[in-house]
Amino acid sequence: MEQFFNISVITDNFTYFMIGRFPSGPLGGVGLTLYLAVVSCILSFFGGLILGLFSISRFAIVRYPALAFINLVRGMPLLMVIFWMYFLMPALFGKIAENNTVIMALTLFTSAYMSRIVVAGIEGIPKGQTEAAISTGLTHWQVMLYIVLPQGLRNMIPSFVNQFVSLIKDTSLAFIVGVSELTHVATQINNRTMAFPTEIFVFIAIIYFILCYAFTSLSRWLEGRLSWSKAI
Amino acid sequence: MLNYTFDWSIITSGKYFDWLVSGLITTLKLSTVSIVLAFLLGLLIAVMRMAHSKPVRWFAHAYLEFFRNTPLLVQIFFWYFGSYKILPTVINDWLNKTGFEFAAAAIALTIYTSAFIAEDIRSGVLSIPKEQMEAARSAGFSYLRSMQYIILPQAIRITIPPLVNQFLNLAKNSSLAMTIGVMEMTYQARQVESYTFKGFEAFTAATAVYLVLSIIITAAVNTYNEKVLNVHKAA
Repeated sequence: MEQFFNISVITDNFTYFMIGRFPSGPLGGVGLTLYLAVVSCILSFFGGLILGLFSISRFAIVRYPALAFINLVRGMPLLMVIFWMYFLMPALFGKIAENNTVIMALTLFTSAYMSRIVVAGIEGIPKGQTEAAISTGLTHWQVMLYIVLPQGLRNMIPSFVNQFVSLIKDTSLAFIVGVSELTHVATQINNRTMAFPTEIFVFIAIIYFILCYAFTSLSRWLEGRLSWSKAI
Repeated sequence: MLNYTFDWSIITSGKYFDWLVSGLITTLKLSTVSIVLAFLLGLLIAVMRMAHSKPVRWFAHAYLEFFRNTPLLVQIFFWYFGSYKILPTVINDWLNKTGFEFAAAAIALTIYTSAFIAEDIRSGVLSIPKEQMEAARSAGFSYLRSMQYIILPQAIRITIPPLVNQFLNLAKNSSLAMTIGVMEMTYQARQVESYTFKGFEAFTAATAVYLVLSIIITAAVNTYNEKVLNVHKAA
């Protein structure tokens, strides 16, 4: 009779789950998951900001391409975006490390979603602010940069954190192109040990849950704080 | 820059075209089965989330948080590789006979999506004025019956657009089922790529299919929204 929940497969491989072969080899496991999520989040913040501003631009020549791109990416599964990057990037630019391919795919994908948050944040600022700023003699760019964005971005923070949670979950798809993040490490250990799939997948589900739930709670707390400071 | 010759004839007819079509059919089948089950499960969780009993409410809350905060891929792997220990032998035998890949993917997609649907339904219910429930209760309906006959029929009408969007998400998420060998759209595109080395054509075809799906569904939601809006304006 086998033990129902064999904890030793977790404890024996715990460092491998957490950082892969890090000090002597490449970073993996939870470390790589967080690395991919953080880098893609920072890049897609700027990507989303640019796309968002373009998509509400007065100039059709930047507005339509931005809208087309946003809708194209939002209509595709992330897996498809990863495959596109995986095959397109080497054909265009020669050999690229898998980690970077995945970061590019996650950035493109998340930028499209971030752009919608940016637009919502900008539209949430009352029209009167823009009108007042323009009548004091600021240009459109200055209004955006000094008046609307500083207030809008602050309101967007909870949504950005939520998007970061989605990113943590989405990094699991990097598994498909052989990037050794947490899910990939888990399948490796599962293939090696054979007998403990339940233990391994429950364990990594709990790890992902802890990471994501921490940030979900942070986002809720921020939301509460922001609405409280707005009420004053 | 791009050193590649395109050959679209590969995917417009013949064997590889058939593969892609069968992939599309599997994607639609998987999404349809899962959305129906996810709706029913989501409805149950939403009602439990608003129940009076504290343990029931707590259970629904934990369910929502857990399944929303773990990656779908991990859930698919859990059901495919790891669920045999927690499922009864009868179900295991039946699943092994009927092709476990599809069932595992459907279970994972159903549970994952039901958590999102439950929240959609809950916000629909919360948008129904509280007095409706009070009136129903004072007319002698029990809590469950008031939900069934008074609150849910109205709430679900409002919830239909987010539900349809969930179907779209589900269709896109079902691409993850390829990792356990379900031969859906993305799997077949990948398959055509590995047989012909014509990856760009295959992925273009699959992307186009997903886009057409999302355009149709978005248009349907917009039409519905306008209709509902008109109904509200008339009322």
